[in-house]
Amino acid sequence: MRLEVDIAKTLRARDREFRLELKFASAAAVTVLFGPSGAGKTQTLYAIAGLTRPERGLIHVGDTALFDARRGIDLPPHRRGIGYVFQDYALFPHLNVLQNVAFATSRGVLLNPRQASSEVYALLARFALGKLASSHPHQLSGGQRQRVALARALAAKPRLLLLDEPFAALDAPLRARLREELLAVRAQFDVPMVVITHDPDDVAALGGHVVAMENGRAA
Amino acid sequence: MEYLSPLWLTLKVAALATLLALIFGVAAARALGRRGGVVRDAAESLLTLPLVLPPTVLGYYLLVVLGRNGAIGGWLHDAFGISLIFTWQGATIAAAVAAFPLILRAARAAFREVDPQLERAARTLGLNATAVFFRVSLPLAWRGICAGALLAFARAMGEFGATLMVAGSLPGRTQTLSIAIYNAVMAGDDATAQALVLVALVVAVVALVLAAQILQRNHRGDDDAA
Repeated sequence: MRLEVDIAKTLRARDREFRLELKFASAAAVTVLFGPSGAGKTQTLYAIAGLTRPERGLIHVGDTALFDARRGIDLPPHRRGIGYVFQDYALFPHLNVLQNVAFATSRGVLLNPRQASSEVYALLARFALGKLASSHPHQLSGGQRQRVALARALAAKPRLLLLDEPFAALDAPLRARLREELLAVRAQFDVPMVVITHDPDDVAALGGHVVAMENGRAA
Repeated sequence: MEYLSPLWLTLKVAALATLLALIFGVAAARALGRRGGVVRDAAESLLTLPLVLPPTVLGYYLLVVLGRNGAIGGWLHDAFGISLIFTWQGATIAAAVAAFPLILRAARAAFREVDPQLERAARTLGLNATAVFFRVSLPLAWRGICAGALLAFARAMGEFGATLMVAGSLPGRTQTLSIAIYNAVMAGDDATAQALVLVALVVAVVALVLAAQILQRNHRGDDDAA
């Protein structure tokens, strides 16, 4: 599936101004946005997910226009079908692991365990979370939280999965293992990914199409 | 029991007033949103006025609005033949308006405490903005809102000035506990005054204990998850 991004946006925070102006197209299974922090990588993912609106340009995933300023298209985030694994995972602290993973299918309603679909249980099993189903996010290790975030995003059956620095919070040995794991997940669920990283080792391990970014532009 | 009548009335008025203030306070906090800004902050200040105005001033304006010649009171009277003045429903509205700012401020602070990343995550998981509010923002802000609701209930229980002006002091109909105490003291009926004060004291202590229990259970609920 082809991802096409051509966007521009000026961000203002207090007295600082930042200009994001990025254009790239990728048909790779894994697209890596690589660059130092402050390069505009997260803002790019926000734009793809619909969490921020570019001033102009377009974002296409396959045949679908998620955003197209000229044609007046701007799908809201909940109708884009874009999965997002946030850097801090953003697990819902008031819900347990099962409820987090089932969030997309249960529309966030608190459900009792028997109401969860078999797909949700399959995901829990796939990510070795079965025994943690009734645990809450703050009881989990970093690696477990990441697996919950991944399972939760996949449960919504996204057409594209965005991952913001998925390995930054983990220690080095775990990081190496999880790169392999992520590629296996990508292949199994057959979902294209856009991965943000500032780590050259990630770029080497994940391969795919690399977009190097600096100061809001493709370098 | 002559002491119980003002007690039940007060509990009924305060509970309904808290419920009304809760609905409108949370809705207003949601409408004002997370971010500041000149217009929003001015709106919040304006909505906080009932807290800082002297209760009699509040009562005066309520009379102006709810009275037969007022915008709302006139319409109610013409359309339904209803008058809120000198009724317990009028007392409820007075107490709700007085308690409203406490819930508004608590709710706005509680909503600001919710990590915006969680709301973004819910959006990407297919929930529209309204669903995100009810499934994520509200459950996470609930504890702060409850704390505000307790204060609001206490404020509604003790409401005197505005209630007296809007609903008067009709024994058995609009005479709430604090007004009954005032009347007893003014009439030199020390026995009744003492009994009523004791009732008010017991209610306050019971409410305090209940509140502490609820908050503690909340705590334990969290720790269970720990």
